[in-house]
Amino acid sequence: MKILSIESSCDETAAAIIENGRRILANQVYTQIAIHRKYGGVVPEIASRNHVMKMPFVIQDALDEAQLTFDDLDAVAVTKGPGLVGALLVGVSTAKALAYALDKPLIGVNHIEGHIAANYLAFPELEPPFLALVVSGGHTNLVIVKDYGTNIILGRTRDDAAGEAFDKVARVLGYPYPGGPAVDQAAQAGDPQAIDFPRVMLEKDSYDFSFSGLKSAVLNELNHRKMKHIPYKREDVAASFQAAVLDVLTEKTIRCAEAYGLKKIVVAGGVSANKGLRARMDAAAKQHGWQLYYPPLSLCTDNAAMIGARAYYDFKLGRTSGWDLNAVPGLELPGIDRDRV
Amino acid sequence: MKLLMIDTSTIVATAAVLDEDRLIAETIVNYKKKHSEKMLPSIDHMLQDSGLKLGDIDVFGVVNGPGSFTGLRIGMATAKGFAQALGKPMVTVSTLEALAANVCVTDAAICPTVDAQRGQVYAALYQSDRDAAELNLKNTMAEGVYDVDALCEKLNAVNAPVIILGDGLKKHGSKLLAAVPKARTAPAFLSMNRASSAAAVGLKKIQQGQTVDCFQAGLNYLRKSSAEEQREKKLAQEAQHHE
Repeated sequence: MKILSIESSCDETAAAIIENGRRILANQVYTQIAIHRKYGGVVPEIASRNHVMKMPFVIQDALDEAQLTFDDLDAVAVTKGPGLVGALLVGVSTAKALAYALDKPLIGVNHIEGHIAANYLAFPELEPPFLALVVSGGHTNLVIVKDYGTNIILGRTRDDAAGEAFDKVARVLGYPYPGGPAVDQAAQAGDPQAIDFPRVMLEKDSYDFSFSGLKSAVLNELNHRKMKHIPYKREDVAASFQAAVLDVLTEKTIRCAEAYGLKKIVVAGGVSANKGLRARMDAAAKQHGWQLYYPPLSLCTDNAAMIGARAYYDFKLGRTSGWDLNAVPGLELPGIDRDRV
Repeated sequence: MKLLMIDTSTIVATAAVLDEDRLIAETIVNYKKKHSEKMLPSIDHMLQDSGLKLGDIDVFGVVNGPGSFTGLRIGMATAKGFAQALGKPMVTVSTLEALAANVCVTDAAICPTVDAQRGQVYAALYQSDRDAAELNLKNTMAEGVYDVDALCEKLNAVNAPVIILGDGLKKHGSKLLAAVPKARTAPAFLSMNRASSAAAVGLKKIQQGQTVDCFQAGLNYLRKSSAEEQREKKLAQEAQHHE
């Protein structure tokens, strides 16, 4: 089964063709990073304007890459949320029109589930159940993927997503957009123990996250030092901040894995490209005997391939969409809360 | 030759199928802005009711601005998707010219408006004639974003009665009508976007060879994003400061 998938939830205009949820026949991404850099972050209106003009091109490029025509496709999938509403609507409207015109099923996909499914593309042997840590600019989740259709949500962020904290700290440190990779790179050259930032663990048995306090601590520390003329290396600030985030992410993942007896661990989302996070998770895997999975760098950031991978399993579960499919900017990761299991 | 026209540029979600001889079908919902949910099911119903399939359509038309930025993109992405999937050409039509076509059987000047927020309207001026058996609109004032006062001044300089149309009247109608003695309005059902009118304009453009493909078709926002406007303002101020 060949699915054409479309992603436009933020500032990447992307189309892919995926076979049976696992094989990438085409994966095209037009990134708008250069356009948004001069504004210091993604401007939703500009992102949407670019999506609507670039979309037909990335779709045609995907067909060309796979050496296929529209007639060879079996379904059309699209990110329905979460994301920027105006940006999502371009992808959703396009996918609906394509599916309707081609008389093929339409599959609206949850972007966070897409991030998890990126690992299905990289690892043919990977199957649920596993524990997934999803970290990106918009989401931080710890979830047991019980089977292809069932998630048990163990933890989510109560305020800022991890990636959001990275972007904000990057901005105050004067790194260009996108800040996450810049902070990661700077952190490699800094001292992670230079400043002792808080590690917010919340209640003893909670797997939820909170990063807004850490973000404020970084801003306060920088303001304090500027006022008192205390010098600092921004690499040290980056390294100390990153260490605080990674401590929390790693610690909570270890606790979950132990509590639920899981040894198969999947890391997903844009922040899974973070070298520091990968090193920490590698170390934890060694220590605890995990099979650890994280996608190749090209599938960590937003792409349509992961949407096509997830769409295959949604389709198999009968989760197709009607012609009234709408964008859902605040869409949550679907699943059962652990309290109700 | 069958043209499917889509217009989601304002609160009205509307689509129509037209050929050289007649308006075959039209759907108009002037209620709530739920264009993303409603437009495709409306098109589906309209085609089914008229015994047509999307594959029977020869050209996909879309109203390409000015109007609601998000609304415009819903229509454009939909039309592009149809055109790309079926390998058919597209035609784009101005929101303002389509509105003017609603009342083309007149000697009066026609001033279509669309609310542009911030006390401004998107507007233009067209001239037709009352014996118009064929659509023949001449643009006599370019499309633009106008302060209401500036628009009043432009309309007062016109040497003929002026029919003002469109949703710019909702906020600014009383001011426009008070300041422009020659101004008048049209009944509400002619003062709103109708895809049949846009399709008539589109058909004429097709006959003149003005089609585009799904890669070329673009939107005419008439206004930059506020982030761009602010950045340009800031850069201009800095440049002035350096002089």
